[in-house]
Amino acid sequence: MMAYIIRRVFYAIPILIGVNILTFLLFFVVNSPDDMARMNLGMKRVTPEAIEHWKQERGYHLPLLYNASAPGADKLTETIFFQKSVKLFRFDFGSSDSGRDIGYDISQRMWPSLAIAIPVLLVGLLVNISYALLIAFFRATYIDFWSVVLCVVMMSISGLFYIIGGQYLVSKLLHLVPISGYDTGFNSIKFLILPAIIGVIGGIGSGTRWYRTLFLEEINKDYVRTARAKGLSETRVLFRHVLKNALIPILTGVVVVLPLLFMGSLITESFFGIPGLGSYTIDAINSQDFAIVRSMVFLGSVLYILGLLLTDISYTLVDPRVRLS
Amino acid sequence: MISHLVILLTDALIFLLLLLSIVFGIYASRRAHLRRPWGLVVRSRVGVGSMVVLAFYLVVGLLDSIHFHPLSQPADGAAEQTRSTEVISLFDSMVSGLRTRQEKTYSAPLATHLYAKESIELADGSTIRDFPRLQHAGVHLPDPAQKTADILKLSAIGILKGIAVSVVAVNTLIMLLAVKARSNFGEQARRVLLATGSEIPWRVVLVVLSSMLVLIFWSAELAANYHLLGTDKVGEDVFYQALKSIRTGLVIGTLTTLVMLPAAVMLGIMAGYFRGWVDDLIQYIYTTLNSIPGVLLIAAAILMLQIYMSNHAEEFNSLVERADLRLLFLCIILGVTSWTGLCRLLRGESMKLREVDYVQAATAFGVSHLQIIGRHILPNVLHIVLIAVVLDFSGLVLAEAVLSYVNIGVDPTMNSWGNMINSARLEMAREPIVWWSLAAAMIFMFTLVLSANLFSDVVRDAFDPRLRSSR
Repeated sequence: MMAYIIRRVFYAIPILIGVNILTFLLFFVVNSPDDMARMNLGMKRVTPEAIEHWKQERGYHLPLLYNASAPGADKLTETIFFQKSVKLFRFDFGSSDSGRDIGYDISQRMWPSLAIAIPVLLVGLLVNISYALLIAFFRATYIDFWSVVLCVVMMSISGLFYIIGGQYLVSKLLHLVPISGYDTGFNSIKFLILPAIIGVIGGIGSGTRWYRTLFLEEINKDYVRTARAKGLSETRVLFRHVLKNALIPILTGVVVVLPLLFMGSLITESFFGIPGLGSYTIDAINSQDFAIVRSMVFLGSVLYILGLLLTDISYTLVDPRVRLS
Repeated sequence: MISHLVILLTDALIFLLLLLSIVFGIYASRRAHLRRPWGLVVRSRVGVGSMVVLAFYLVVGLLDSIHFHPLSQPADGAAEQTRSTEVISLFDSMVSGLRTRQEKTYSAPLATHLYAKESIELADGSTIRDFPRLQHAGVHLPDPAQKTADILKLSAIGILKGIAVSVVAVNTLIMLLAVKARSNFGEQARRVLLATGSEIPWRVVLVVLSSMLVLIFWSAELAANYHLLGTDKVGEDVFYQALKSIRTGLVIGTLTTLVMLPAAVMLGIMAGYFRGWVDDLIQYIYTTLNSIPGVLLIAAAILMLQIYMSNHAEEFNSLVERADLRLLFLCIILGVTSWTGLCRLLRGESMKLREVDYVQAATAFGVSHLQIIGRHILPNVLHIVLIAVVLDFSGLVLAEAVLSYVNIGVDPTMNSWGNMINSARLEMAREPIVWWSLAAAMIFMFTLVLSANLFSDVVRDAFDPRLRSSR
């Protein structure tokens, strides 16, 4: 088991290097730092000195890959590639284009993101599984049919509509919770409850339909027929046998997104003014802060790869048929 | 006329796609194993119903994809007409009234007055603050109080026209069916309307078709005299914007899969067929691309495009071309983030197929790899490609709205549901609120996505026997 995990971790390294090179290409080669400076300073009436100054301040004045003017080993380290890309491997994100420490910002902002992402995941899972089980219990009846119709309809509504509609109905008309904002500690609950509920509702359509398919696939298998044949009640069959086996794909689907919960949800956070990593990314995109976007790309990739690793491990834990090889 | 056509990149690709689908349709209709699943699709009531709705969207999208320079109004004294520099589409010229009738600012759906008070100078020289009359809505009414009666009258006319046209359409269709089935008209009509003896649910087709026609004629009648869905901040007709957005949605939904298809199909089949280091390399490429969160990759790429565009502003002849290039680029980058799923599926499937007897036999006969892939592997994975294309469509249409909301979607000057929703964010905070932009975008998007979802469900069930049996 240990050897397997170690091998998987080593397998992740070339992928991370690939991601790193890709972001480097995208951010520094496709467009030169000069272009970025001109963009940030405004297009017209930019003096070369101002561009040079802007680059100097942010460390973009170095050569891309090879610094011929630096002494010794610095020829390789005093470059944009080493300073801006290689250092990401140590989770040293450096400072943003506006001068703030990215690492500190991320450590501060991941908590609000988690505070909303975890309830959405857990409650959503509970709601979707229960609803899907209910449909599976009433399979091939009108309840089944109309539930599937409802799911497809809910899937077809844009997530933006749930947010805008929910905000309008609950906050503006009914005045139940504030429209947006955030607070520390337990005071934050009144800000979090609406986005969490909307997050759950937005996920019901696709989630329930997917779980229903999983349940119905299990329900047709031989062991379920055996369980019925030996006289178990339908609820017992559903909960003890079907649910347990269908949980394997559900679980692995959940595990892969677990690490990504840190990244937060872009849309929800920016709508509700929650100072998490999602709104951090959006603000960076809107203010064209390349350092932050670059860091978030790298962080996101690391977390995704971690998610894949966890999925593989959890598979072997819950399903003894899967052998590590 | 032809010399003044403007062919945008996305236009060319859309018609290429149309051509490809027609070619594929002819190819599929000659092969029994491909004809059969399509037969199942058209025999499902949900399938044909959603197809009719999608067809209407498609027609608007295609009409909106033929661009040209219109003739400008001849200036006083000028002898001949000149071509104007602006680019409009065939659809624009068909609904030209909607495009040109601009108000000052917001007005509610079917309103006769603006939504904001203004100082109005009266005939006697004094000024009052009131809601001014709209310049283009209900102008034929001497007294705005007659509005309700007028709207009812127009609705009745529109609905009657719609019914008349759909009666003609229904009769023509039944006649054609009767000719084809070599039966007489009355018998064929009985079969179709009572849904007996006919395998294809024509009744559903007719009902959906007629209701769409009635709806179209009704809205056309009202939109000609009022702003059916109101006007936006700069006074543009919201109904027109929502209609124009159809093309953007369709382009994103279809071209994205078109641009990613060659790479996904080629790499997926190669990985599964050749195995070994080819497989390792391709797996490495798609795992790497996949591990970058999609939204962030799109954001980074669009940021870079913006820089490129602002530094090379002189390369673009017009705003339309610029917006079009950005749309195409968005399709490409969305394709880059979404091809990995299909690639993985194809890899698995070709891995299975290469062990099948007939492929083994072909290998033993010394048939080249290229021929084996072309003759044996590719035709057998086509259904997976098709399902992926259809399934991706609705997700991409929804994604466009979200991306435009974050400002990393289509150009802000382009009509799209995402941009409409984006502007609605501020309108919802107004007092009293302006809800019609949001509502219009949502209704149009919802109808398209819902019918696409229903259609893709039917297609998947028809092509994937494993799923069908478990239902």
